[in-house]
Amino acid sequence: MYKYVLRRFLMMIPVLLGVSLIIFTLLYFTPGNPAELLLPEEASEEDIMKKEVELGLDDPFFVRYINYLTGIVFKGDFGISYTTKRPVLDEILVRFPTTALLAIASMLVAVPIGIIAGIISATRQYSALDYIATSLSFVGVSMPNFWQGLILILLFSVTFGWLPSSGFGSFKYWILPAVTIGTSSAANIMRMTRSSMLEVIRQDYIRTARAKGQSERLVKYNHALKNALIPIITVVGISFGNLLGGAVLTETVFSIPGLGKLMVDALNVRNYPLVQGSVLFLALTFSFVNLGVDILYAYVDPRIKYQYSGGKTEKKLTIKEKQRNEQ
Amino acid sequence: MNNNGFNNNYKKNSQWKYTFKRLKKNKAAIIGLILLIILALGAILADFIAPNGYDDQLLSRRFQAPSIQFPFGTDNLGRDIFSRVLHGSRISLQVGLFSVLLSVAIGTIIGSISGYYGKIVDNLLMRFIDIMMSMPRILLAIAICAALGTGIRNLIIAIAIGSIPEFSRIVRGSVLALKNQEFIEAAISNGASDIRIIIKYILPNCMAVIIVQATMSVAKAILSASSLSFIGLGVQQPIPEWGAMLSVGRSYIRNSWWIITFPGLAIMMTIFAINLFGDGLRDSLDPRLKK
Repeated sequence: MYKYVLRRFLMMIPVLLGVSLIIFTLLYFTPGNPAELLLPEEASEEDIMKKEVELGLDDPFFVRYINYLTGIVFKGDFGISYTTKRPVLDEILVRFPTTALLAIASMLVAVPIGIIAGIISATRQYSALDYIATSLSFVGVSMPNFWQGLILILLFSVTFGWLPSSGFGSFKYWILPAVTIGTSSAANIMRMTRSSMLEVIRQDYIRTARAKGQSERLVKYNHALKNALIPIITVVGISFGNLLGGAVLTETVFSIPGLGKLMVDALNVRNYPLVQGSVLFLALTFSFVNLGVDILYAYVDPRIKYQYSGGKTEKKLTIKEKQRNEQ
Repeated sequence: MNNNGFNNNYKKNSQWKYTFKRLKKNKAAIIGLILLIILALGAILADFIAPNGYDDQLLSRRFQAPSIQFPFGTDNLGRDIFSRVLHGSRISLQVGLFSVLLSVAIGTIIGSISGYYGKIVDNLLMRFIDIMMSMPRILLAIAICAALGTGIRNLIIAIAIGSIPEFSRIVRGSVLALKNQEFIEAAISNGASDIRIIIKYILPNCMAVIIVQATMSVAKAILSASSLSFIGLGVQQPIPEWGAMLSVGRSYIRNSWWIITFPGLAIMMTIFAINLFGDGLRDSLDPRLKK
């Protein structure tokens, strides 16, 4: 088991290096000279050149990349934000808890609704409840998240005046954003739970369980749900990761001072170090969530644990890869 | 399409004929298809249907609520929202279609090379794909958009790059499953070149999966396009992109509900229609999957 975790952990390193290289390269080619943006408009050519040297902008591409990378790895230095002149890492760390809390709050909305609705519609396939749940999830999947946010604001804060439309503070402020993100994730989770449960319910061992007189409740929750759990965990993991990244839009809609809003604001003023830092930070978090999901698999499915604890390794593909390939 | 044996005339098109038959029976898919046709017609005929141009500003008629003259109302510059939504369907469908075509093309090439040659090539390509997949899609698109600048063409590129990994993986998976089949062995022993095998024997057999995935991807691409425009990265004013319209309408939400309502409904209807059709298509291409 430890071997598995360690191996997965080590596998993250080249991936993160790749991510940093891609992001660095992309922003390297972004038009606009930061030295010019930093200085007042009347700055002379000479001042700009001086500033370029000061920021290390005149170094060749790879030198800049290596400097950036060693800064991060050895000093935790993501650079200095051009606008506030504060270290990027500080800015990110101030904003990150808000984004993380928002993601957790939305998952608290999404997971119970999604899984329960999925189980109900799978165990009562073709019933009225199933049709209602499936159509609602279909609408949920088709609705753009940010638009749903706007419509909720229109209804609950503009028309009825029950909830605040933007900003961030007491519990009331959390409701609309969490519901906005939560419902669309719930739709995804519901769809996956339903199809995964339907697949399991047709298996022979479910028939066996019923044949030996097991109560329907136990069959559903003990035999079926447990075995249907892996794809569900994948979707939950993916949505959680996407929430961290996709917060960009929701935070913009609700003016929540999270990492996503920080990034969009930074993009608008071409504050590259901050954009780079935020993207890398989010990618890092995303990778950790994925790692967590992979470890969770091993707990849910003993077959995976066995595979990695020195048992025969017939296939090197992890379950997630298999699923990706099947999709 | 699928001619992996002899007796070509019998085999030809049969799979597609049955698929179409099954599709016709699926009401939801047909509703989706009809909605899509309406949308496509709206996009093609926008110049003739739309009562106003998409950038006809008239400050004297700003913020008018929906009426008979302006069914969707007017926006902050007095432009007719109905005409803008109609013209906007052009942008969205264009971005959706072209970005998916681009990513299907690149993804298919990467996936078939990776799956067919295996070993080091496969390993290298797949690690690269892993890297791309380890970034949340929207972040990658944002970074690419920031680097390329705004505009429809760049938006298409940014969105296309984001879905290359998914197509590469799907094609690679199907190629892996196919390449040890007997008809491939037969082709090899007939002296067919690698490229011929991939194009003539393997890819036609992956078509079904690719088409289903591509359909679904169009919906995702339209959603990404409007998201990017919403945060100011995709298409800029005065081009009537739905997401950009929402972004403008957001400032006037207190007094003019119609500015944010109709473009959003348009996005939702489009995605809804594509998803309905895509689901139906998947079920009819592979009846085993039907639940």
